[in-house]
Amino acid sequence: MAYIVPRPELTFKEKAYLPSILNGLKITFGHFKKMMKGETKVTMQYPEETWDSELPEHYRGAPTLVKDEHDRERCVACQLCEFICPPRAITIKPMEIPADDKFAKVEKRPAEFEIDMIRCIYCGMCEEVCPEQAIFLRKDYAITGITRAEMVHDKAKLYELGGVFKGLVHKWNPEK
Amino acid sequence: MSTETAAPVQMINVQIDGVWLQFPKGTRVIEACRQAEKLIPHYCYHPKLTSPGNCRMCLVELGSPKMTPDRKPIIGADGKPEIGWIPRPQISCAQDVSEGMGIRTNSPMVLESRKGVMEFLLINHPLDCPICDQAGECKLQEFSVDHGNASSRFLERKVKKPKSVELGPRVTLDAERCILCTRCIRFMKEVANDDVLGIVDRGTFNSIAAHPDRILDHNYSLNTVDICPVGALTSSDFRFKMRVWFLKDTSTVDVNCGTGSNITISSRENVIYRITPRDNEAVNGCWLPDSHRLNFKFVSSPARLTLPEVRPQLGGEKSSWQQALNLAAEALKRNAGRVAIIASGRATNEELFLVKRLATILGAKVDILPRTGEADGMLIAADRNPNTTGAKLLGVATGQLAQIVAGVKDGSISALIALGEDATKAGLTEEDIAKLDTIIAADILPNKTTAKADVVLPAAAWCEKRGSMINLKSRLQRLNRAVVAPGSARDDWEILRDLILAINGSNGLHNIDDVFKAMAQETPALAGLTLSRIGDLGVDITLP
Repeated sequence: MAYIVPRPELTFKEKAYLPSILNGLKITFGHFKKMMKGETKVTMQYPEETWDSELPEHYRGAPTLVKDEHDRERCVACQLCEFICPPRAITIKPMEIPADDKFAKVEKRPAEFEIDMIRCIYCGMCEEVCPEQAIFLRKDYAITGITRAEMVHDKAKLYELGGVFKGLVHKWNPEK
Repeated sequence: MSTETAAPVQMINVQIDGVWLQFPKGTRVIEACRQAEKLIPHYCYHPKLTSPGNCRMCLVELGSPKMTPDRKPIIGADGKPEIGWIPRPQISCAQDVSEGMGIRTNSPMVLESRKGVMEFLLINHPLDCPICDQAGECKLQEFSVDHGNASSRFLERKVKKPKSVELGPRVTLDAERCILCTRCIRFMKEVANDDVLGIVDRGTFNSIAAHPDRILDHNYSLNTVDICPVGALTSSDFRFKMRVWFLKDTSTVDVNCGTGSNITISSRENVIYRITPRDNEAVNGCWLPDSHRLNFKFVSSPARLTLPEVRPQLGGEKSSWQQALNLAAEALKRNAGRVAIIASGRATNEELFLVKRLATILGAKVDILPRTGEADGMLIAADRNPNTTGAKLLGVATGQLAQIVAGVKDGSISALIALGEDATKAGLTEEDIAKLDTIIAADILPNKTTAKADVVLPAAAWCEKRGSMINLKSRLQRLNRAVVAPGSARDDWEILRDLILAINGSNGLHNIDDVFKAMAQETPALAGLTLSRIGDLGVDITLP
């Protein structure tokens, strides 16, 4: 069914068009004046200046692996992050922890843990799915490299970025 | 195997969740519910084993017909017997259906009971799902979702039990995860006839253990891992290798002996991680011997042949498929009438059909290499070739092997085609082979024949190809491709087709289904069948 859209009745001032343009120019010149006086700051001079100190708590930077205060690597290679990862950036090769190891009770840890930072989309699903509080998106955002291989974060690099996280659930304690 | 009886099976009327159904006498209540598509959660019950009724998970509400004082059932308004319900839940796995029985599978009492049982089962469970190999196919996880609580009310310390205990060379036990369903004990006692497992220690310290003087080294021990409903028994080979949710399952057939057990190959990104039995009552039930299921490592061997090779004396420098096949064809034509083919009883029907064609074209003698072992009276047959029946049906197993060997020795055979077999295992020495004018070998791994061969053609392993085989009980079954062959290795049937093509021109066979069709047209026993019609469970055929 045809439907007629009613056109708004314009006043003479609106039809004349010029007042609106002048109004716009007024705002533009206002900003221009403030900028010339140095009252507003438009651009942050990255990378000389950064916003790092003001990053919010929930900021999602590069995913990292963490150790706890007992120096145990939190990851048990359950591969849930590998499963959930939308761009399939994560590759894990699990291994059994040898019986003479300090953390033999945990039984399993990653032999290799790789995150391809070219693929990573910083979505944070890995952190969300992790049942062991092992993977966290920290505040590193400037992940660069000259080669593709350099952009693949291996286990050592991930622990280096992640560091030690204190106060996590002590799930694998010998008492339990 | 059920025994034939003259008397018809008595059918019994049973009411399941308000619907009256009929079941044969002797049906277990849990089985009747399964047939009525009412899944009863259970751990200890297994259709192939006795029912100890110890996990208590399969609780249902049962009732029997109300009786008048003269023992006649009271008939209700709907013409059906009125049911008097027993005021407490009953396990459904240890009871047969009876006339007029009533079953409630999801009444409030049943659901509440299951919740209670679940809570008890999880009291001492370590909840280490992130590292447990069973996670993803664990009944404890599944029923926990349906009937469990989100949090535990258990505040005491969990009982410590032995972890990572090697029960045998292939099975590792985590006693903390065990729910003591005793499926493994019953399997070893009733099916494997090797009563090596049992429960030791008392009360809450109960745990599964092997006999102190014994280990669980029976050749069917890994079946206990399959039937373990939780992650207590794990395969030492598969342990911590890959999570099950990544695995792609391919239904295919075992090729280690003439039984042709049905299997599932679990692979991820072209790597096989494990092989498990697949239910087929007509072949292997739901079991598989360890020796068969662990025999897949050679498939990913770095020694695999991946490129066609041509020895310099044939004139080829580089080895492309076309060149290798052309050189092979030329050499075979040169030796026409003096060619012998040693085919394999591990080849599919399609391959053997083409072998027969090739033999006819070349006027060659052909036979398969027999491979025998000891039968174990269960699933391992003495004939270790999976497709001897097919080779006989297609006229490839001719019994001429002795003639071929003699022919090679006396020089009346000057060219040998070895397809997936090492000719030195047929009774020929390396010197005998060296005398031959031409050797063409298609194989997956290097051996003494490929070392001497003039043309080496890399072939596909059994898990890398589609095709059909006929087991010793003349059941036609289908192989499916789980992984792809490495490098430029090709399916054997393609190699044979191209070889025939290079010798004899076009043959109109473009894919494996065409080959099967052509084979079915020429073989009365396969008439009317196609590869897809074989299905996952196979079909019995009548051999001439």
